Amino acid sequence: MPDPYNDPEQMLRMSQHPEGLSPEEMRVVGRSVPRVDAVKLALGKPAYTDDFTPPGVLHARILHSPHAHARIRHVDASRARALAGVQAVLTHQDIQPVRFTTAGQSHPLPSPLDTLILDSKVRFVGDRVAAVAAETPEIAEQALSLIEVEYEVLPAIIGIEDALKPGAPVIHDEPDCSGFEGVFVPLRNIAAHFEAEAGNMAAGYAEGFRIFEGEYRVPQVQHVALEPHVCLTWLDEDDRLVIRSATQVPFHVRRILAPVLGLPDRRIRVIKPRIGGGFGGKQEIVLEDICALLTLVTGKPVRMGYTREEEFIAARSRHPQILRFKTGVRRDGTITAMALSLLATTGAYGGHSLTVQGNTGSKALALYRCPNLRFEMDVVYTNRPPAGAMRGYGAPQGLFALEVHMDEIAAELGLDPIEFRRRNWVQVGDVFALAEALGEGRKGFPNPLRSTGLAECVDEGARRSGWERRKDANWHIVPDKPHIRRGLGMAALIHGSGIPGIDMGGAYLKMNDDGSFNLMFGATDLGTGADTVLAQIAAEVLGCGVDDIQVYAADTDLTPFDKGAYASSTTYVSGGAVKKAAESVALMIKDVAGRMLECGPRSLRLAEGKAIAPDGESVSLHDVALESLHVHDQHQIQAAESHMSLMYAPPFGAQFAEVEVDTQTGEVRVNKLVFGIDCGQPINPSGVEGQIDGGLAMSLGYALCEEMRFDEAGRLLNGNLRDYHIFRADEMPPIERFIVSGSDPSGPFGAKAAAEIPTDGVAPAVVNAIYDACGVRLHEIPATPERVWTALDQRRRQADG
Amino acid sequence: MDIRLKLNGEEQDLAVGVGETLLEALRRHGYVGAKHGCEDGSCGACTVLLDGKAVHACVLLAAQADRRNVTTIEGIGTRERLHRLQSAFVEAGAVQCGYCTPAMILAAWALLEENPHPNEAEVREALEGVLCRCTGYVKPVEAVLCVAR
Repeated sequence: MPDPYNDPEQMLRMSQHPEGLSPEEMRVVGRSVPRVDAVKLALGKPAYTDDFTPPGVLHARILHSPHAHARIRHVDASRARALAGVQAVLTHQDIQPVRFTTAGQSHPLPSPLDTLILDSKVRFVGDRVAAVAAETPEIAEQALSLIEVEYEVLPAIIGIEDALKPGAPVIHDEPDCSGFEGVFVPLRNIAAHFEAEAGNMAAGYAEGFRIFEGEYRVPQVQHVALEPHVCLTWLDEDDRLVIRSATQVPFHVRRILAPVLGLPDRRIRVIKPRIGGGFGGKQEIVLEDICALLTLVTGKPVRMGYTREEEFIAARSRHPQILRFKTGVRRDGTITAMALSLLATTGAYGGHSLTVQGNTGSKALALYRCPNLRFEMDVVYTNRPPAGAMRGYGAPQGLFALEVHMDEIAAELGLDPIEFRRRNWVQVGDVFALAEALGEGRKGFPNPLRSTGLAECVDEGARRSGWERRKDANWHIVPDKPHIRRGLGMAALIHGSGIPGIDMGGAYLKMNDDGSFNLMFGATDLGTGADTVLAQIAAEVLGCGVDDIQVYAADTDLTPFDKGAYASSTTYVSGGAVKKAAESVALMIKDVAGRMLECGPRSLRLAEGKAIAPDGESVSLHDVALESLHVHDQHQIQAAESHMSLMYAPPFGAQFAEVEVDTQTGEVRVNKLVFGIDCGQPINPSGVEGQIDGGLAMSLGYALCEEMRFDEAGRLLNGNLRDYHIFRADEMPPIERFIVSGSDPSGPFGAKAAAEIPTDGVAPAVVNAIYDACGVRLHEIPATPERVWTALDQRRRQADG
Repeated sequence: MDIRLKLNGEEQDLAVGVGETLLEALRRHGYVGAKHGCEDGSCGACTVLLDGKAVHACVLLAAQADRRNVTTIEGIGTRERLHRLQSAFVEAGAVQCGYCTPAMILAAWALLEENPHPNEAEVREALEGVLCRCTGYVKPVEAVLCVAR
């Protein structure tokens, strides 16, 4: 058995160029080639789930609960069923009560099985009550209004802290829900409880000369992918169920739905077409179950799509959390012990509750080296719309709290925030002390860190953002605007590259007659550029252009398994599978070409669409393909490979924000964002920049304005894009970003992830900049004018008082 | 009911429903480049050109397009002859999930018709009606400026 923590063979195969080229010599990897899917999308070609409408399709709508918590005493759908054009109406009386989780994750599922397709109890305003399939959308809508429901309204829990109070109503009192032993305690409204400790906390705190404590609050926010959830289901000519869906996790959808629908996996095919953004919201079965059931009941194609309003009330969101840090620090600024305790709510259903919050701990406690660590979390049910996976997956919450906390400690110690961090941040060779405990529901892998470009990110970011200006009192003042204060803040960041030992991706590659290739994988490009990045990896190995690689993904019938698009894993994990498959194919090409050129296959190299011998003689891939398929010792040049990594290859980043605070109104204006990333070897630098730009914009909303607000009855107060504001083109500050050069030995061509880390840092950097500007420290985001003004007002009163 | 309109340069009769939005009618007739993203004109994914102006097709009735000139993304370029805005979006890496891309391109098209050499602020203002969650608007703005130069 190879040492899983230090397998040099795998690392050699992953990170190095098969022909020994240096990063500068690579022809496709590291180049900003245009995306393989960009032309069709710029032309507006039909590509998305909703762009195809089969003849005779039925239109499905859901009846949503008006109550936050209620038992359905009686439901009468007879009038709806009698309406002309209605083909099916389903209520909880019509389904097999198989509890499942809508969270798309690997087996064994770490989320509690607490959901039915339709239940006799509703648990949030927007929960499902019934579903209708009809010949037109209008008839379906009308049928909803004809369903008569009698509710027994139950007391609801809206506030996070209310869920644990004695006598609180129990949201999941059904006897058939289940979850991990010791983690899932539904009768106490706990969807997930977890704690872990390393080292000796008491000794660690005793070693420090001061202990710092802080409490931080982050809101529930929405993905707002521009494409709402949408799904199309039908029976094929073999009466197999086909689900065409905007999903990030086609294979998980098939596996999770099979028992729920009472079908074997092989009777289900899930197709992922083009996706219009997901950000984690589509790592979830939001529509596929009920849409599929309507097809099974009617035998007809069914289309179901959410409106924007439904997206807000009945899709998923980011877990809101209350985080408490307790940190012991030596006089010289060395951290001696650090504890994070958090309370979060998952809303009405527990998808991702253990793993999102677990990831909060495994990111927020992994950035600074410290042998004494403690993490504890409670994720409670409330009668709010469910939370779930969202870009960053717990890290934006944890890194907000951590990086504001670190800034507070630095200020108290009189240290420069960067220098204080530098004394503590992780170094190559460090092993995260809680790695084994925080393994996403199983044992993790305590691996040493093999690469970090954090120092370069921070130093270059400091230079570009003009960090030294913080020392200049005059810089903080705007001439002729005495009410405006200027400030600069930063945050250091760490994320992950896939989940070690869990995430797996497969890839299949075959050569065509003309020397081109079909590359098929289960990884799902939801706008991330994954199809392009994976094609680049194959093209680099095969010595051809990206145009010679025809990508197809993802389809549970046709492509190999991939766990799907989440955990920043596609480049690192699925990319590994593509690299291996391409290397296997390259060997087969060289075997054929060697015979054709009468030279040793190992001496050949692949470049410019040819196999080239040391003497310069060459044969084209086209001729190799014809030879292998038609002429001699005929065989298909092809390979299928998969990849999984036990290694620890976190990307690092540094976020800087310059702000102006209006001390009269509390309004915060962000003048500029600077972001540096260490993502190892970038496969497509333009793609990395795109990830940064979008991540920063999303994170800026988290910092300043995005927040789902509820009334006492659990009704969402801002469930539309007028009241829930996301940044527009004319409101965005300038973004300056850079990629530091780096390589991790465990990633394909040295690559690490880039997808999620850009969402982690704007909020703490902005809050720290507000402090630098006007001396008030917010412990809660978003930093709305009201919050900032209130904090300023409190300080004024204290100063007066 | 039937409306008569000039759609992507061709006179056409289109059968539309009485309360049907222009977005629904266009998509039903195969012009799926305009996307559904909200229902109230706030996201802009449904942007098309009505008499050369960028409008939100989800809040217009199809009937309002009667005797008007409608241009969708399908009308401005082909794979063989991409419009220069389409090329610029592809080259600049401005297409991520692509859901808002047709709307961005059409909004930019309307801007360049009126103002062939806009500055960055003018480009940002013209794209203000189209929300994007992927790009932070950086590369789309770069793409438009590249064409405007």
